[in-house]
Amino acid sequence: MSLVRAERLVKTYRTGEVKVPAVRGVDFAIEAGSLVAFVGPSGSGKTTLLNMIGCLDHPTSGTLTVLDTDVGALDRRAAAEFRGWHMGFIFQDFNLIPVLSAYENIEYPLIMVQAWPERKRHEQVLRLLEAVGMAGQAGKRPDQLSGGQKQRVAVARALATNAKLVLADEPTANLDHDNAYQVLALMKRMRDEIGTTFVFSTHDPKIMSEAEVLFTLEDGALREAQAARKPEAAHA
Amino acid sequence: MLNVLKIALRNLARFGRRTLLTASLITLGVVAVLLFIGIAGSFKALMIGQFTDGVLGHLEVHRKGYVASIDNLPLNLNMQPALVQKVEQVLDKMPQIDAYSERLKFGAMFSNFNETTSIRVNGVDPAREAATIPLMPGRIIEGSKQPPPLKTGEILVPKLLAQGLKVKVGDTVVLVATNLQGSVNAKTFVVRGVLDSASGPSGRDGYVDIRDARSLLRITQPEVNEIAIRLKNPAQLDQVDATLKRELGAIVNQQGKPMLEVHTWADLSPFASIVRMIDLLTLFIKIMLVTIVLVSVLNVMIMAVYERVREIGMISAMGTPPTRILMLFLTEGLLLGVGGTALGTVLSLAVVWALNLRKIVFNFGMQTGLVLSPSVSASDVLAVVAMVIVMALLASLQPAWKASRMDPVRALGHV
Repeated sequence: MSLVRAERLVKTYRTGEVKVPAVRGVDFAIEAGSLVAFVGPSGSGKTTLLNMIGCLDHPTSGTLTVLDTDVGALDRRAAAEFRGWHMGFIFQDFNLIPVLSAYENIEYPLIMVQAWPERKRHEQVLRLLEAVGMAGQAGKRPDQLSGGQKQRVAVARALATNAKLVLADEPTANLDHDNAYQVLALMKRMRDEIGTTFVFSTHDPKIMSEAEVLFTLEDGALREAQAARKPEAAHA
Repeated sequence: MLNVLKIALRNLARFGRRTLLTASLITLGVVAVLLFIGIAGSFKALMIGQFTDGVLGHLEVHRKGYVASIDNLPLNLNMQPALVQKVEQVLDKMPQIDAYSERLKFGAMFSNFNETTSIRVNGVDPAREAATIPLMPGRIIEGSKQPPPLKTGEILVPKLLAQGLKVKVGDTVVLVATNLQGSVNAKTFVVRGVLDSASGPSGRDGYVDIRDARSLLRITQPEVNEIAIRLKNPAQLDQVDATLKRELGAIVNQQGKPMLEVHTWADLSPFASIVRMIDLLTLFIKIMLVTIVLVSVLNVMIMAVYERVREIGMISAMGTPPTRILMLFLTEGLLLGVGGTALGTVLSLAVVWALNLRKIVFNFGMQTGLVLSPSVSASDVLAVVAMVIVMALLASLQPAWKASRMDPVRALGHV
């Protein structure tokens, strides 16, 4: 059973009287526990697609099923709840909350979204800080961290609620190559250890080669779906 | 909720200077309002005290129609002994009443044997008058203040009249009055003291013993035309007024019409309008405070939402329920209001304490040496605190609502 399944998925934006198609009748499936990349140039529809998978945006037509839920039918409140319980997000600009420490940023969804009890929350945050190699930086605020460190914290935050699906929009775009590879390696390790499915978008050819499944988009249409090279080979 | 509070506090600390400025504005507003309430309240209480404790009493009872013709001091509207007895029975039953004084007011000619002028005179029982109008002995500026303030054959002369006719303590003067039947009678008095003028009606009246008044007017029965009442707690004025109106209203004449009328000091004194003006000013100051709080908190919260659009988009994308986002921003506004109010209240109480320590003296009308003693009641503080906090919440509501309704995709794309 696919974790995500899209059938004839269409998203059209309306600007006044003008209709702008962003995604044109896309079909795809994402299996649980995979590391998937949507690739393509700017304006190809990658972000729109990720937004729809992440219940941040509604499809204009077609069906989109995530974890057996027709996410296109969810209203605003239900979509927020669905995201909070099943998904994690990693952003290009890290989007950590500046007033909170690394520890507190990871803890944030456990308080504000899922209301975990304190002890369980503490254990989870410490485990994730350890897992992403940030245990020593727990008390630092975002402005005291490097870009790579921020993104590690963001990965930990996305995994904090034990999300089954983590969506990352250009997660390495603001990182140098070393940090970008480290973040991707971290995502893979987390996938291997926890079984989380990672779906990310990128237009960086070196980064896209790290993915196990590639969906190539062009002008909102899916041009190619392929299993990528083995990560070891790509990195080598 | 504690965590929301913690995050809200940190968000406020993030924009420390702006938070401080807004909280300071609220603090200033609260200080201004509470100090105004305290000082104006003190001034008002002193002013009311001058009227109630110096001349009028808290309430007065007259025959129906007496107050309308009080300038003439009519003797045909005296309360007859039977009626006075009925009123006394009602008054004696009421535990809220501290004391009452029966008066026989009349107009007379005042002569020092060289010059003559008119005078308004109160015939009173000196002991009961002193119990009802405790500031009256304090108005004696010349002569003994030792009780009783008046004996039979003595008169307390108002200051302006004493100055005009060059009358001194110990002088013999004569009062000439016309009684109800139209016959004129005269009686000599020794000046016991000179009374300082008091603000308001009857503030320039002379005083004689009520027995002398009756003798001068050739009234053989214990008639009176005014009963001044002092309450134990002036805050019960309206309640006692209503009770008296009900109880005394039941005393009717042969035509079934009420024989008596009850007036509060405010009904009788034109200075009551100044008191009302103070209340109105307090209301305006409160409105200004509300405006300050509304504008400053609204401004800060609008800025807070505008500057944190991406952050709101992120927490919304993460699945934070809209109600929790709403709570977060409402809490920030609430904290601004609570912080500013708490500081403002502490500062105000400190200033009130310092003012009381300093004992500022001021004059009001012809009264001199009044000591300003501002006080802020717990109910005033609670009312201002509640008002500011509610306003801070209301001002935060729109920005908080906007934040909670924000589309995460647009918010994340905000530059």
